[in-house]
Amino acid sequence: MPEGLATTHDAATHSALQHHFENMEQQREAGTLGMWVFLVTEIMFFGGMFLAYTLYRYKYPEAFATASNHLDIRLGAVNTVVLIFSSFTMAMAVFYTQLGKRRNSIVCLVMTIVLGLTFLGIKAVEYRDKYVDNLIPGQLIPGHPFHPEVAKPGEEANQHKLHLVPGATVRNVELFFWIYFAMTGMHALHMIIGVGLLTVMTILAVRGRFGPEYHSPIEISGLYWHFVDIVWIFLFPLLYLLGRHLEGHMG
Amino acid sequence: MEEFEIPKPPRVNYLNAEHGIKSWLLTKDHKRIAVLYLGGISFFFFIGSLYAMAIRLELLTPQGDLVQSSTYNKMFTQHGIIMVFFFLIPSIPATLGNFLVPMMIGAKDLAFPRINLLSWYIYIVGGAVTIYALLAGGVDTGWTFYVPYSTTFSNSYVVITGVGIFISGFSSILTGLNFIVTIHTMRAPGMTWYRLPLFIWSHYATSLIMILGTPVIAITLLLVAFERLAHIGIFDPAAGGDPVLFQHLFWFYSHPAVYIMVLPAMGVVSELIANFSRKNIFGYKFVAFSSLAIAVLGFLVWGHHMFVASQSVYAGMIFSFLSFAVAIPSAIKVFNWTATLYKSSISYDTPMLYALGFIGLFTIGGMTGLFLASLATDVHLSDTYFIVAHFHYIMVGGTLLAYLGGLHYWWPKISGRMYPEGWGRFSALIIFVGFNLTFSPQFVLGYMGMPRRYHTYPADLVSWQVLHVLSTAGASILGVGLLIPLVYLAWSLRYGRIAESNPWHLPGLEWQTSSPPPTENFITTPIVTQEAYEFVSPEHKQIVGRFERERPVEI
Repeated sequence: MPEGLATTHDAATHSALQHHFENMEQQREAGTLGMWVFLVTEIMFFGGMFLAYTLYRYKYPEAFATASNHLDIRLGAVNTVVLIFSSFTMAMAVFYTQLGKRRNSIVCLVMTIVLGLTFLGIKAVEYRDKYVDNLIPGQLIPGHPFHPEVAKPGEEANQHKLHLVPGATVRNVELFFWIYFAMTGMHALHMIIGVGLLTVMTILAVRGRFGPEYHSPIEISGLYWHFVDIVWIFLFPLLYLLGRHLEGHMG
Repeated sequence: MEEFEIPKPPRVNYLNAEHGIKSWLLTKDHKRIAVLYLGGISFFFFIGSLYAMAIRLELLTPQGDLVQSSTYNKMFTQHGIIMVFFFLIPSIPATLGNFLVPMMIGAKDLAFPRINLLSWYIYIVGGAVTIYALLAGGVDTGWTFYVPYSTTFSNSYVVITGVGIFISGFSSILTGLNFIVTIHTMRAPGMTWYRLPLFIWSHYATSLIMILGTPVIAITLLLVAFERLAHIGIFDPAAGGDPVLFQHLFWFYSHPAVYIMVLPAMGVVSELIANFSRKNIFGYKFVAFSSLAIAVLGFLVWGHHMFVASQSVYAGMIFSFLSFAVAIPSAIKVFNWTATLYKSSISYDTPMLYALGFIGLFTIGGMTGLFLASLATDVHLSDTYFIVAHFHYIMVGGTLLAYLGGLHYWWPKISGRMYPEGWGRFSALIIFVGFNLTFSPQFVLGYMGMPRRYHTYPADLVSWQVLHVLSTAGASILGVGLLIPLVYLAWSLRYGRIAESNPWHLPGLEWQTSSPPPTENFITTPIVTQEAYEFVSPEHKQIVGRFERERPVEI
């Protein structure tokens, strides 16, 4: 199979041109602007939770430091690297599609999906750890209320026990975990949607739909993926890196 | 000059281009989707009015004799939820906006036709979920869902209602997204920003609010649901949470939401005033930028709903100042409309009657808002009927009137038929009288101290009962007045006079195609060479001083 896409369409009316647009350029512009506007709405959506986080971190810094220390920074860091790398493969997928290098673009799309699934898998491991340690807040899981074991002061570092920073209460730590699950959960939901979107794009790419003259769906999917990545880049330091220098940190 | 010929509807237009229910339910045509929305919002308006009737009937007598207080709580809650989320917010943008935005800019459709259809389905599903909640037993928290009542103590269907509203919010977001992209990327050749009709400017500003504000109510309702179902503690003081956080989040959307309700109405009024006085709008750029200013400033004033909610006095002062500021662009519009009317050629057709009604009633509503923006008077007036009257003057006296005016004005374009003008004017007058009789007593009641959301009041305050009786009488008249257009508009679909392409003889782009339009709106893409509302062609304009004056000149 030769590299690149042999176009079988007349340059004047591309088969993907929708009837209400004058030309492909207008369609591409509209689609891209549409995705940017949608991303703005997503910012506002996540913004409500960022507001809650900001307020309660300001009110209960010790509880937040305690809880943040308890999260597994290694898994979080790996996830961060995974996502940043997936943004790179996504950008390469767009690049290759623009050049008409179909096989390369499909490889990059598949790598992005695999990295996304890796992220979700690691997230699942983290969630399971929280479940095991009874750190699921409120009554989200009926029968498994928030009930972490609290380490006694001076006790050795134990990754299953909460090491309370002086001034923190368990109730406020629960508030952190609620915010943690809400934000990472919402983020994971968006990642799942993103993986689905990219799967569809991969299938279409395999069918030869995209090429130098028509690649805006890949570009637009890329915008979405980068946005999901950026949200994580905010979430990681805010959730995982608080108060690492304070007492009680696990080393 | 066109020769007079008996008008007949174009053989193929968007209404008869395809047949069958599937062609409607799977349509991508923005005009058909607008008609689908018209059906939906009319339905919800009717349901919301039933609740209003129940409220007014209860308040005829001081005792709580019609319904129990818990039922009454559900009546006003459901009246508010249905009217705000399922009528007012979608009303003008989803019906008139969907229909006209592509036509006014010379496009064949909106940027994303399938997303447009999806937005209608989302609206219907959200509405269905909410109706289910009503039928299952209803919700009694007030449309404002204040915590901790809504999260902890209410025994009503809070979560399901919240889900219904959450779902319908996405309809709003998608509509706004569609409008913004369409207006930016699909204007016809020659249609520069400053040639856009003011209807487009206001829908653009509305869309900005829709996309920025609606996600916040979405997350807020989600948080309420989590709190209620899983006892997370975000709004619970015992867990370290803050109930006032809910109010901030809620009003951060719900204040801009009222501008979602009124900005499109102002856009309609600009169209009606200019076209029915056959004169270019005075101060076009001022009106256009006022829409944007309202959209921006509208996001900065949410705290004026929380002056008595333990918000800091200093924050209150800032919000108060900004609330005064946001009144300014609205006032600028009113002045410009008035200046447009001055020395113009006014025809008192039904749409113009509604537009004139809007100017008066919106001004009253807006000015009474200033009493509420002032900290000291707001303390006295908070949670009284003064507030109820204030917002009904704007939402009913303003938005509803503009919606009806626009519906009548563009009815020939949408349906290909004229409505009966005599009945139109008659019902406009009835609505105006009924509306004022309903809500002006409520200003007095509120000033005198009658709290809102109460189903009883002291029996020894005879003056209160008199005012309530007047208000209920007015509501009955208003109800009758609103039923009449329902009847004659439906009647006109079959028996109305067939409309020609441009029955009002106006320069707007939407009038340069047939009534009803073909599916693709324009047979050939129009090329725009003139300003909006160009009633006097450029060669007849005379430069007087620094300004262009429209004056017929001897050639």
